[in-house]
Amino acid sequence: MKTEGFVRDFARRSVQRPWRLAAEASALLIAAVVAFPLYWMVLSAFKPAGEIESTEPRPWTLDPTVDSFRRVFGQQEFGRYFLNSLVVAVTVVAVSALIAFLAATAVTRFRFRFRTTLLIMFLIAQMVPVEALTIPLFFQMRDLGQLNTLGALILPHIAFSLPFAIWMLRGFVKAVPEALEEAAYIDGASRTRFLWQILFPLVFPGLVATSVFSFISAWNDFLFAKSFIISDTSQSTLPMALLVFYKPDDPDWGGVMAASTVMTIPVLIFFVLVQRRLVSGLGGAVKD
Amino acid sequence: MSRMTNRPLPGPSAQSPSREDGPDGAEPGAAALPAARRGAGSGPAKGASPAPVTAAARPGRRGGGGRRSPLARGGWTPWLYLAPALVVIGGLLVYPVYQLGLISFLEYTQAQVSGGEPATFQGFGNYTTLFGDPQFWQVLLATVLFAGACVVSTLAVGCALAVLLTRVRAVPRLALMLAALGAWATPAVTGSTVWLLLFDPDFGPVNRILGLGDHSWTYGRYSAFALVLLEVVWCSFPFVMVTVYAGIRAVPAEVLEAASLDGASQWRIWRSVLAPMLRPILVVVTIQSVIWDFKVFTQIYVMTGGGGIAGQNLVLNVYAYQKAFASSQYSLGSAIGVVMLLILLAVTLVYLRLIRRQGEEL
Repeated sequence: MKTEGFVRDFARRSVQRPWRLAAEASALLIAAVVAFPLYWMVLSAFKPAGEIESTEPRPWTLDPTVDSFRRVFGQQEFGRYFLNSLVVAVTVVAVSALIAFLAATAVTRFRFRFRTTLLIMFLIAQMVPVEALTIPLFFQMRDLGQLNTLGALILPHIAFSLPFAIWMLRGFVKAVPEALEEAAYIDGASRTRFLWQILFPLVFPGLVATSVFSFISAWNDFLFAKSFIISDTSQSTLPMALLVFYKPDDPDWGGVMAASTVMTIPVLIFFVLVQRRLVSGLGGAVKD
Repeated sequence: MSRMTNRPLPGPSAQSPSREDGPDGAEPGAAALPAARRGAGSGPAKGASPAPVTAAARPGRRGGGGRRSPLARGGWTPWLYLAPALVVIGGLLVYPVYQLGLISFLEYTQAQVSGGEPATFQGFGNYTTLFGDPQFWQVLLATVLFAGACVVSTLAVGCALAVLLTRVRAVPRLALMLAALGAWATPAVTGSTVWLLLFDPDFGPVNRILGLGDHSWTYGRYSAFALVLLEVVWCSFPFVMVTVYAGIRAVPAEVLEAASLDGASQWRIWRSVLAPMLRPILVVVTIQSVIWDFKVFTQIYVMTGGGGIAGQNLVLNVYAYQKAFASSQYSLGSAIGVVMLLILLAVTLVYLRLIRRQGEEL
């Protein structure tokens, strides 16, 4: 990786040694500050109840316990909520990635009437304040018979993640040279074959970067779960489960932190998996 | 925008081959695209006044016949590819927007929802009610100021740390990157409750460290907003940091090399080479931050208990939610939604103008 190597050399050569050490020390310090809330979350999840409710909070614990986790998983249907959240997020990611891939291919590899208009529409669609649509979507989901089902969470999130995903994928599809496409046809590949066997794998890093955003938006969803899942709580998702423990007057901090930890882990795993492609992907997409 | 020096820094055509060393397999091909087209969007040669460059880029813009891919002779194929996206977006995004507008002109309360009474047309009645309510103006002002503060802080922190990342060796860089990804990965509800615990007057470590006793952060209007702001910046700076860092890393080595061989100072390189090349990225992260921060819901809702004491921490989103779902005034809630939509639309139009002015091909 020539670029990175050079940037590093460039930094090394041009920054004087004491300054570089100061920069590195502050980077480590900032990393610690940024990670602190997460550390505190996990720590508090393992603290015994009496210790969390201590007015002299300590940054360690002498007798870690899984009581809080036991309470969380003992709560009615917590596992079910977890599974629901996973189903919603995975469905949204997979479906919107496929649809966005096709649409991004259409708007980058074809010239047709209204192409530019469509692109501008996708851009504008990104800006729609999703939260403001809760009211009409509530009625729409009611009419579609989706209230109190996971569909009420999946369908809108697919629609909301699409415009951004298409816009972002565009750069990746564009970067695949057209010569490659011509070569594929000369070799006798069909259009479908080119699309799925050549273009799709090449654009995959872009799909990964895009999916981070749709995964987070679906996994984080709080407003829709709160508004659309009103009577059948077995269809609820993790954010709602967490709020069972969080009562503003008298929160069960141990339970809240244990549930938070459980809720954060899948996203962290997802991030670790895509981490390398994310950094390169963002650079590629945005620079376009 | 900075003016280019007369020194022969490599122009767009010289830099495009170097994009080849991108980290993944998809990128090598980028170099094969016509140099003129790639240069149009991001080259430092844009120089002081964007207008002539846009004009220069135009010949390549319409995509003459030579660039036409075999796929391009598709007839109905592009529409076939677009169909799923258009159906989903049309049905679940465009149609609800239309409905939102419609409801905002009707009288729509519990009676109409349950079907007991027909919805009656109100004209601008709901808007008159809304604009006549001093609380609306107060919430609007709070939303704009709060979102603005979030955007500025997020960008400042994100960009500063992206630059810092380029100055340090692998270990501190990895540490900062992982911490940031952790913050980014934290779901909004989770982040909100964790920050509440950190700043809890009785059990939180922050007051102990700062020696604030049992000061309550969520009690006062400004300290409650400040607390939410800290959480929002914490979970949204990573996007800016990672993106800007990726952008800096993608700057071709030759450009920086040439600049430093030519004796350009550090500051000069930042100002005249990097800043113009990063401009498209900065525009994207700024706009995204504006959109996200303007729509903050979960953090405010959870951290201030639905809008703070006596609604002192309401922002438009939460205000609309409270109006619609807590007091069943769906039409008022929709009118607030329409106001938000119009504000964000204005932001989008500014964004489009910026893209157009950069001469980027849509």
